[in-house]
Amino acid sequence: MSGPDAIGEGNNKTRDAVLTAVAAVVFAAALWLASSNLDGYKLRIINLIAINAILGLSLNLIYGMTGMFSLGHAGFMAIGAYVSALLILSPEQKTTMWILEPIAPWLLNVRAPFVVSLAAAGLAAAFFGWLVALPVLRLGGDYLGIATLGFSEIIRILITNLTPITNGSLGLKGIPAHTDIRMSYGCLAVVLFCMVRLMRSNFGNVLRAVRDDEIAARTMGIDTFRTRVLAFTLGCFGGGLGGALMGNLITTIDPKMFMITQTYSLLMIVVVGGLGSITGSIVGAVVVTTMLEWLRFVENPVTIGGVNIPGIPGMRMVIFSLLLIVVIIFRREGIMGMREFSWSRLFRGGSGGGGRR
Amino acid sequence: MGIKMSFDMFMQHFINAVGLGSLYGLIAIGYTMVYGILRLINFAHGDIFMLGAYFVFFATVSYKLPWAFGVLAAIAGATLCGLLVDRIAYRPLRNAPRISALISAIGVSFFIENLSVVVFSGMPRPVVQPPLLMKAFSIGGVRLVPLALLVPAISFALAAGLLWLIYRTRSGLAMRSISHDIETTRLMGVSVDRIIALTFALGSALAAVAGIMWALRYPRVEPFMGIIPGFKAFIAAVFGGIGSIPGAMLGGLSLGFVEIMSIAFFPKLSGYRDAFAFILLILILLVKPTGLMGEKLEDKI
Repeated sequence: MSGPDAIGEGNNKTRDAVLTAVAAVVFAAALWLASSNLDGYKLRIINLIAINAILGLSLNLIYGMTGMFSLGHAGFMAIGAYVSALLILSPEQKTTMWILEPIAPWLLNVRAPFVVSLAAAGLAAAFFGWLVALPVLRLGGDYLGIATLGFSEIIRILITNLTPITNGSLGLKGIPAHTDIRMSYGCLAVVLFCMVRLMRSNFGNVLRAVRDDEIAARTMGIDTFRTRVLAFTLGCFGGGLGGALMGNLITTIDPKMFMITQTYSLLMIVVVGGLGSITGSIVGAVVVTTMLEWLRFVENPVTIGGVNIPGIPGMRMVIFSLLLIVVIIFRREGIMGMREFSWSRLFRGGSGGGGRR
Repeated sequence: MGIKMSFDMFMQHFINAVGLGSLYGLIAIGYTMVYGILRLINFAHGDIFMLGAYFVFFATVSYKLPWAFGVLAAIAGATLCGLLVDRIAYRPLRNAPRISALISAIGVSFFIENLSVVVFSGMPRPVVQPPLLMKAFSIGGVRLVPLALLVPAISFALAAGLLWLIYRTRSGLAMRSISHDIETTRLMGVSVDRIIALTFALGSALAAVAGIMWALRYPRVEPFMGIIPGFKAFIAAVFGGIGSIPGAMLGGLSLGFVEIMSIAFFPKLSGYRDAFAFILLILILLVKPTGLMGEKLEDKI
């Protein structure tokens, strides 16, 4: 069983490699132009797209590739964001920020460069993900949804209460804005590369086998428990990485930022893009991130033809959640289904994005 | 270390624990029934609980209906919402992959919460407690309000009634049959969709009752009030043995006791109160994954 992207491989490999390289250069140039010409708000959205794509890809590894239901990504993001921020902030910043209780002494002087803090963020999130997965996935994963939902809430409780470490509900401020276009898209490129290689490897086949028919996979000699734990842990790594990038983009983090709503937006990215499609998660990140920004208009008052319509606070999320239900009921496969982008499909079919819309 | 306490104080906590636990149990029943039949975690169940509380709030405070009417109207309204959730969000996905139904469930839950923010406003609202239920009296040295005794009494009565329905009526037989084998049950001429709808209706009605009693005990309502109790009640259902109604009550009571007693003896832990349920879940999954009273659910091939 080879991935759907195997169709175009073979005689056109060189052409595809060249095309991919050209596309990457064009895209990088476009980003470079954007970063020197666009205003801060637009740049922030462009950065958010990359971060959401990383988060969407990591959640898709859990949902779409392995067929597990997790609601804990906000919690893993929180772990990543806090680990990274605590490593980056300077001792002076830390002493002035902890007002309620002094910071734990061992934490005061711990410092690391940004890239190291990103890796640490991912590893910490992966470690906690592994801890949750071990007992819960033993049962085949039915309770993973509820256990991760609970875990994500508990992380918030811990962050709020462990004031010497996290500064409690006040959160952390003044995190240096290390996340720029270069950094966020660089990380996205690395994550994307790893995901594509992973899904083309034999492990990718094992994941699909576990997702499609657990009993058959077990009969083939696959250790479904280990496979699931590994995929989940990898997904959590992505969650921690994304959270760290997010913290360094927004420069302020507090426990309220990582509510379950955060997980819903990521879920939306994966579902809209297509469960099980790497291309889908990228498309989903673009669509959902821009849509969430665009939807802000329903919460602002507008004047149409002299009639003043007051904005309805909270309406954005109503529309958003309704869309999630509509997509899952009427177009379960999302935009991409399980298809992937490939050059030959693009040339053959002529329809953009490599598939039927 | 923990604090020493008198017998009277212990009894006070004991009664609190039974009250809270029976509320968890009442919510847990709805989870356990739906999971037993459809293997679906009905994430919207906690929101039906919230709607029940809101409906009684509007009926009695805004429309000044008498309490009895208000309660009945709230139960009817919440039951209708539960039925709509099943009809709109779950029934079209009966034959879809399980993950689709779960995503639909979380989507519906998210939708109800956000719609409630828009319709009811996100501000918490205070609930007026009927003075009759709050008139304190004391037995021995224990001070009590009638509500504290009424909550467990109603909860246990409803659970008993439900058990009768499930083991002594034809609809109950059909429910038990569906949880064993949905296809065979369909072949036997049972209208499966109607029985599933009945399951949702019963679960939602119980959740509404729990919501109303919750709003009286902790006198306020807000759109997100269902998330944490719902999450805990599901864990109570797993702890007691998913699929089992006595198990759901037992799990709810256990959780109520763990929460109240650990804070009573170790007041420093009160900030971590919501974490106990999660720890309980991990423990039971490690030690006895089928729960206290559950049977192993066989893999459906």
